[in-house]
Amino acid sequence: MNLHINNISHRYSDVNVLENINLEINQHQIVCLVGPSGCGKSTLLRLIGGLEKPSSGQVTQIGNPPENSINPLTYIFQDFALLPWRSVYDNISLVLEDHGIAKKEIKSIIDDVLERTKLSEFANAMPKQLSGGMKQRVAIARALSVRPAVLLMDEPLSALDSQTSELLMDDLVSLWDREKFTACYVTHNLSEAVRLGHKIVVLSRRPGTISEVVTIDIPLNERKNHSEALDIKQKYLWNLMREEALLADKELINVN
Amino acid sequence: MSTNKQQVSKEVPFRGGGFTHKPIIFVGPLVFVCLIALLEWGTSTGWISDLTLPRPSGVAQTLVDLYNSGLLFKHLLPSLTRLLMGSIMGITAGIAVGLLIGLFNLVRAGALPVVAALFPVPKIALLPLFVIWFGIDEGSKYALIALGSFTPTVVATYAAIDNVDRGYIRMGQSFGLSWVSIVRKIVLPGALPGILSGLRISLAISIILLVAAEMLGASYGIGAYVLEAGSLYDLERLFAGVFILSVLGVIINWFVGVLEHRLLSWRT
Repeated sequence: MNLHINNISHRYSDVNVLENINLEINQHQIVCLVGPSGCGKSTLLRLIGGLEKPSSGQVTQIGNPPENSINPLTYIFQDFALLPWRSVYDNISLVLEDHGIAKKEIKSIIDDVLERTKLSEFANAMPKQLSGGMKQRVAIARALSVRPAVLLMDEPLSALDSQTSELLMDDLVSLWDREKFTACYVTHNLSEAVRLGHKIVVLSRRPGTISEVVTIDIPLNERKNHSEALDIKQKYLWNLMREEALLADKELINVN
Repeated sequence: MSTNKQQVSKEVPFRGGGFTHKPIIFVGPLVFVCLIALLEWGTSTGWISDLTLPRPSGVAQTLVDLYNSGLLFKHLLPSLTRLLMGSIMGITAGIAVGLLIGLFNLVRAGALPVVAALFPVPKIALLPLFVIWFGIDEGSKYALIALGSFTPTVVATYAAIDNVDRGYIRMGQSFGLSWVSIVRKIVLPGALPGILSGLRISLAISIILLVAAEMLGASYGIGAYVLEAGSLYDLERLFAGVFILSVLGVIINWFVGVLEHRLLSWRT
């Protein structure tokens, strides 16, 4: 299943947040959305998954999601959004309970995703007993449990310290290696973008428009060995964004 | 750093600490014991006239007599029934209305002004009206206590729902949970801490109104007992009744504490 974003514009009251966004998210690809803060990248992600309605334009699914997909468009949130009154196991079962799946199957799905995210022994832990990294692992396990066609990740590593986010990035790469999931990944961290993105979409400051799309052809699992090539891409992206930041600076001066 | 002057060395002074809570167990009971001892001493020496305060030992004797004569339960049982029935009705209705206000904009727009208008009304003033509406028997007493615990429960409930993290709700929606599931599995458990702390206030108000409810047409009941003692200026009986009400309050507070401990174990 591919997603096409057709000419989306969005405004909150009289603020133009996004303007004329056209984008394709193709199967088995990770598309990273980067841009200065306040450029509307998180808003775009909410529009893509149908949590918000765009002022104009639409998001279309090309092709059907796989038969066994329980929740085709699945989010992973920056703040994890784990219910503190439910254990790890129950947090995952929460999202399966509403879809008419037998208890036994729910259990086998949960056991499987906990196994894949190396969380099996934490099934009965409560969220507050877990570190930030573990919480996000649980959230990833929860997202995988509904067999998404497209994962929509909203700065999933931003709330974590750099060592933990490094580890989780490796986990994401190896997860993608095992089964090529499709994802739209919002981040403000360029090194995450060049490590995980097949396609990196640079958004400009408000109103957000696509200023450039950068593709990286190096396979995800080999990227660690091509740090120089990635460095060049990252510098290139930073130059694009730095101009944006400078422009924003000037705008502020003009206002005064 | 090297200077030829002699270097002064001194310890950095400690400036932190304080402003934290530490439980000190024995002080609470000690204060009570000291107060009662002071009263006992004051009343027995005549330093405090027996018109101002009763002797604590006299109050204790009254309580013992009350228990021995079997009158204690004759007063306590109707009171507890009224308290229980009234607050169950008021709190159930309060939680229900609070939920509706918290969940539906239309109900909020319609009911919030009514609740705001009802909240500051001294319910005791409405007692004569309730007697006409619900009869002089138990009905009017239940109604008074119910109405008194209703409004604070409504306010606590909808405020608790407003405070549920919208991120959890958005998460539920993003996973395709049904509206009912979101309410039952996300909104309600998330609002429970606020609802339970509202319960403490509602139940305390219920006790206050219990005494008021027994002002009219009640021959038995702690409130009736206290009021009768008051009009006869029998200070020992008055204080015995007040003591029982106080204990009742402590027990209810403890009960809500147990409830919180059970239902909100995920918080600690």
